[in-house]
Order: sequence, then structure tokens, then C-alpha cells
Amino acid sequence: MSAAGDPLVRTRFSDAPSFSSPSALVDGLRSVGYLADEQIATVLYLANQLHKPVLVEGPAGTGKTELAKSAAALAGSRLIRLQCYEGLDESKALYEWNYRKQLLRIQADRPAEGATDGRWRSLEADLFSEEFLLARPLLEAISASEPVVLLIDEVDRVELETEALMLEVLAEYQVSIPELGTVRARSTPLVVLTSNDTRELSEALKRRCLYLHLDYPSLERERAIVLERVPEIGEALAGEVARMVASLRKLELEKRPSVSETLDWARTLVLLEVEHLSSEITTATLSLLLKHRHDLELAARELAGERA
Amino acid sequence: MIGTLTAFSDELRRAGLPVSLTETLDAVRATEALPLAGPEVLRAALAASFVKDVTHQRAFDTVFEVFFAKAPAPAPLAEPAEPGGGGERGGGDPPGELDAASLAAALADALSGRSDLDLTRLAALAVERFAGLEPNRPVGLSYYLYRVLRGLDLDGTVTGLLEQVRAGTIESPPELDQIEDLGLRRRLQREAVADRAQVLRHSIEAELARRLAAVRGAVPVARSLRRNLVEDIDFMHASRTDLGAMRRSLAPLARVLAARLARRRRLGRQGALDFRSTIRRSLSTGGVPVSPRFRLPRHTKPELVVLADVSGSVAAFARFTLHLVYALGSQFSAVRSFAFIDGIDEVSRIFAQSSSITEAIERVETEAAVVAADGHSDYGGAFSRFAARYLDAVTARSTVLVLGDGRGNYHPAHPEVLAGLARRARRLYWLNPEPRAYWGSGDSLIAQYEPSCDAVVECRNLRQLERFVSELS
Repeated sequence: MSAAGDPLVRTRFSDAPSFSSPSALVDGLRSVGYLADEQIATVLYLANQLHKPVLVEGPAGTGKTELAKSAAALAGSRLIRLQCYEGLDESKALYEWNYRKQLLRIQADRPAEGATDGRWRSLEADLFSEEFLLARPLLEAISASEPVVLLIDEVDRVELETEALMLEVLAEYQVSIPELGTVRARSTPLVVLTSNDTRELSEALKRRCLYLHLDYPSLERERAIVLERVPEIGEALAGEVARMVASLRKLELEKRPSVSETLDWARTLVLLEVEHLSSEITTATLSLLLKHRHDLELAARELAGERA
Repeated sequence: MIGTLTAFSDELRRAGLPVSLTETLDAVRATEALPLAGPEVLRAALAASFVKDVTHQRAFDTVFEVFFAKAPAPAPLAEPAEPGGGGERGGGDPPGELDAASLAAALADALSGRSDLDLTRLAALAVERFAGLEPNRPVGLSYYLYRVLRGLDLDGTVTGLLEQVRAGTIESPPELDQIEDLGLRRRLQREAVADRAQVLRHSIEAELARRLAAVRGAVPVARSLRRNLVEDIDFMHASRTDLGAMRRSLAPLARVLAARLARRRRLGRQGALDFRSTIRRSLSTGGVPVSPRFRLPRHTKPELVVLADVSGSVAAFARFTLHLVYALGSQFSAVRSFAFIDGIDEVSRIFAQSSSITEAIERVETEAAVVAADGHSDYGGAFSRFAARYLDAVTARSTVLVLGDGRGNYHPAHPEVLAGLARRARRLYWLNPEPRAYWGSGDSLIAQYEPSCDAVVECRNLRQLERFVSELS
């Protein structure tokens, strides 16, 4: 276990003033354009302090990926991203031997007739050295000399077996390479995993992570996000937009509008020079918020009911 | 702190959360990293360590309220209300002496969004005024909750406000003031009132839990508040709020299940040994079977025929099961569904015509001709009618699901009809929402039907339903 006091591992971002307390993190994240609430900031702060990965779950479009990007921007560090998909394997996530280069190496050094055992052994030792290793995101994050933010996006898309591959990295911050030995982290990365909840993740993975559920934001926070990202909109309309979207989310929809869709809608309203909402303008622009035919029909029916 | 945290994690475990030693250790280290945390930061820190599934959040919040938020809010009667907090009408009174009338006025103002009186503060005031807590009386929190809500007349106030909004006799809160579209403004206004009422109700519950815990101790209060996790709520005894929570968890459940079924169909490649092909291959290695060959398993998508008892006692169960089956539609090659009470009617077309499953299920209850005589379940009669009218629906490829408690109100059982169906079908399963212990008692006909079924499965909650469905295909 890499405890907080482990002398081998440098505390990441400990010297960055923004990471000194949850409230400093709220302010820091705001300065890079991410409006975090107290809960988000606390979890991120703990992840940095306790050297634990954060598993962020929640509906699509609530700012899970954005959180990792903003944390990287705030710390001024590199963001290494591993996008997960079905069929992702070791050679794409961890490392791969550079087979072509190894081949070239053998050919360049073709032993003369009657090569001795000794020469072969030195060649072999040479072939499986770091020079011939292609680091994939997980190994790259660990072997980086400065602390980085590692984003493992949509981890629910990989199979259970691949998920197990990540466990060693997530818990011990090390990668075992049979030919080379164990690569230990020089500085522990801040790891953020995101999941859209399409698959129950394994207990083992969950146990190694701090958990954060990012739901649709509260009324006040959504209003603040709209104001932050679409400043031209004005206080009044931003409040109305947030309230309207919250109202739509209460309907029995197949896909509820996400924060990014709220922002698209807000931008459209600004372009259309709308000052205050009405059911006509909402119905006319509904397709920006709702993407299913049935959802559109339902919402239009609800809004028409109000007009009558 | 460690002692409290250990007791806390014990209580979470008893509430059904999977809490291991790792989680408790994380929580201890989290609290050490945050020595001066306020209650909300502490809640976030502990939730990050203990809650690994969003459906457990509610149970966590209840326990947290009892254990950690236990310092009661400063006695509200002795303290002045926040500046301007009592609303225009309440503001004139000496703030410490809120009587029932000014409290009602403050409530109306707060709910309609005209004052910025904090709802948690209002909750504390209401509890102080109406709960009349008696530490030594062994009554539960729901009793006090009922007293406070009645004293405050929350429901009445909300109804009154909604009425006023509808009639347009109440001014709207500032943030909605400028919407000129009256219909839209009133809709948003009504929702704002309902939202605030919901928050207030939760705050009152939390306040009561805190105060009870302060006098009785955290552990006994937490025990009395222990509620089932959503997946453990019994279909037959679910309250309206429970049913709402279960309905909300159904969509993600269906998505997870569908992904699991599809994945298994794709990955389950390990079939039985193909002996012929193995021997044939072994010829090239001198008769030594170096690489055995396996048959590719044939995953057939089952054809489903669902017979659902939709009578009052088991309606909720039938609704959830139908919902899940249709949400998983792509995992079956065909689904036909029939609803019965004492008559039987095919409802597949209702599902085909409706734009959403929820709508379809509502229509099943109103449109299907499921009552033939007195409207009490008659299994024997319904099966006989099914066999007479829809027998072609059941073929050698069908999996038949019967949903019901098997209580036939002393009508004849006709088990031979079900046995006939079972012989035609590939499989016949009966899902029963009753506890196994009650099967066969009173008018239960399960014992007579059981021999013809491939299995009779107890299905009392979402967890059991999920397990059954995931093994179905």
C-alpha cells in the first residue's frame, strides 16, 4: 500500500497552493473554468492526499472528463488519456515490445559464423531493455518524471479481464514487465476514471478507488455554469434556462438533457436574441435539448398544454 | 473518531451496503486528511470512501445524519431569525416568538420563493414548535414526522399555493418575474414550489433524526430508520415513494442487463468438444490430438411468451417484470405478452403501438380486456381461455413466463392445461412474488402447478428479478 507517508513516492501537487484544501480547490477549478461544488472538490482533494484514484460515475454530459482536464490545467501538468473501448488489451493500455526495432537490432548485429553463447546472451539482455519498449498510456503515466494527471475514460467499456490489468497500476502505481522487472512510479499520477454506468464495475476496482457520483447539477450550480460558459446570456435568462431544463428532466424521458446540451441551448438563445423564455421559443428549439423522437413529442405536448 | 467510524461502518453494513475493511481504512485516512472539515465536506469525504454505488446514497445519508450531524441546530427560539428572514409578514413579530400564524406565513413565503429564509432553518423551527419530542417515549421518527407535517400543514399549504399559482393571484419569485409567457411561468413556478416542499420535508426528517439521535444515541435511531435498499424492496409491500425509486432504477438496470446478456452471447465461445473434428485434425500430427477442437455453441435468442396476472395484489410485480422484459427486447427474438385476471387478452400490440414502455404499461391496465367475470384472479380459467384462443403462440422454441402469486380465489386450478402448455413450450417458468414460505397456504395453487413448471422462482424484489432475467437467455 502506498501510504501517504511513503518516502519513495513524492506527494503529487502537494506544493501547488490550489491543492491545499477543498475550498482552495473550488476556487482554483473556478479559475480554469470548472465550477465544482464542495463534494467534487473534497473528493479530488482526498485523491491527491491519499494517493487514490477517483472513479467518477454519472450520466453522460455532466462533466466527468472535463473534471480531469480541468485538474490537469490547474496543476499545470500533462494530461495522459487512455480512451477505453471493447477489445482494449495490454499492448494498447500498458506497453508493447517494439518488435520491428528488435528485429533490426538483431540484423544489424548478425553474429559471424560460430557465434558464441556469450554474444547471444548480451544481445538478448539488450533486446529486452527499455530502449525497445513502447510505453502506452498507463506505463507512460507511471514513468513520467513529473506528476501527471491520468484520465482513464469510459472504463465500463472494457471487459472484466482488461479491467483486472489496471488494478496493479491503480493500487501500487507500478507495472510488472516479465522480461524487465517491475517499473515503479517515480511520482504518483493523479488518476481519474470515468464510467457511464453501462456495466457494473468489479468490486476489486471499486475498492481501490474513491467514488464520486456526478449527477445533473443543482439549479443554482447549473445557472452558474451557464453564466460562466455563456456570459452574454445575462442573469435573468440563465436562471430561466436552468429552471426550464430542470423541469424537462423531470419528465419520463429516454435521454434527459445533459449540461453540455443546456449550454448549446443557451448559446442558441443568445444567437436568436431571446430575452425571456416562452413556450413557443422553447418548443421551437427543443431539438437542441432532446434527441429522441418520443422525448420531443412528449415535451412538446407538455409545453402545448401550458399554452392552452 | 476511529471508534465512531467503526460503529458507523458497522451500521452501514447492517443497512446492506458492501463495506469492507478497505473502505473503513480509507474513511479513517480521509478524516485524518481533513481535520477541520465542516459537515458537508465530511459527508463528501465519507461518501467517497463508503458509497460505491449511487443507489446506496440514500441509505448512507440517513445513517450519516444520525451519526455525524448530531449537534442539534442552535435552539431556534432563542435566536433571532436571519435578517429579513421571516418574510414581509413574519418580519414584524419578535423573531424569537414565532407563533403558529407567523410560522405558516413564513412557510408560504419560503415555499413560493419570496423570502430567502433558509429551508433547513425553517425545518428546525417547525420541529421545535410542533414535534413535542419526548425522549423516553418509545415511538419512532415517523410519528414525530407526522406530527410536524400536520402541525405545519405542509400538504395544505402546498395545495393552496399551487391553486394560487394556477389562478394567478400570487406574485412570482423574482427570477421568474420576467417571463411574459404566463403558461410557462406558472408551470415553472409550480415546480419551484413542489421542489422546495420536497427539500423541506427532507430537512424536517433530517432534523428529527439528529435530535432523536442526540437523546437516544446514534445506533438505536439508525436501527429504527433502517430502510431497504431499492433492490431489496418487496414488490408486494412497496409504498408509493418506493415504487418511484424502483421505477427510476429500472432503466439503468435494463441497460446493464442488456449489455451483460449481449456480451455473454458474444464471448461464450467455449462449447463442447467436437470429437470428429479433433480426430480429423490429429491425423496431421500422427494421430496425437495436439489441439482439441470445440463446437461453437449455438446461442439462440429465446422467444418469450409472458402471461402476467395484473390483478391488484400483484400488479406492481407484473408491471416491473413486463417493463424489464420489453426494455430487454433486443435480447429476445420475439416477445408476446398476455395479461389476465380472470379473462385473458393479448397486450403485445399495445407495446408495439406505444411510444414508450411506461405509456404501454399504463395502457395495459386500462385497455386490455382482462376481466371476464368478477375481477378476481382465476388462474385455471385464464389458462383454459389462453389454451383455447392463443395456443399457437406457444411453440417448441418459446420460453413461457407466468407472473403471479398463484392465488386463485378458490376457483378450480386446471393444472392439466398448464401441463399441456409446458409440453408444447421449450421451457416454462413461474415467477412468484410471494415469499416461499407462503406457497401452498390458503388459496395458493402453486403446489398444483409446480410439477408442470421447469422451475418456480421466488421473485420478491428487483435483485431476484435481475438474477432470474440474467440467467434466462
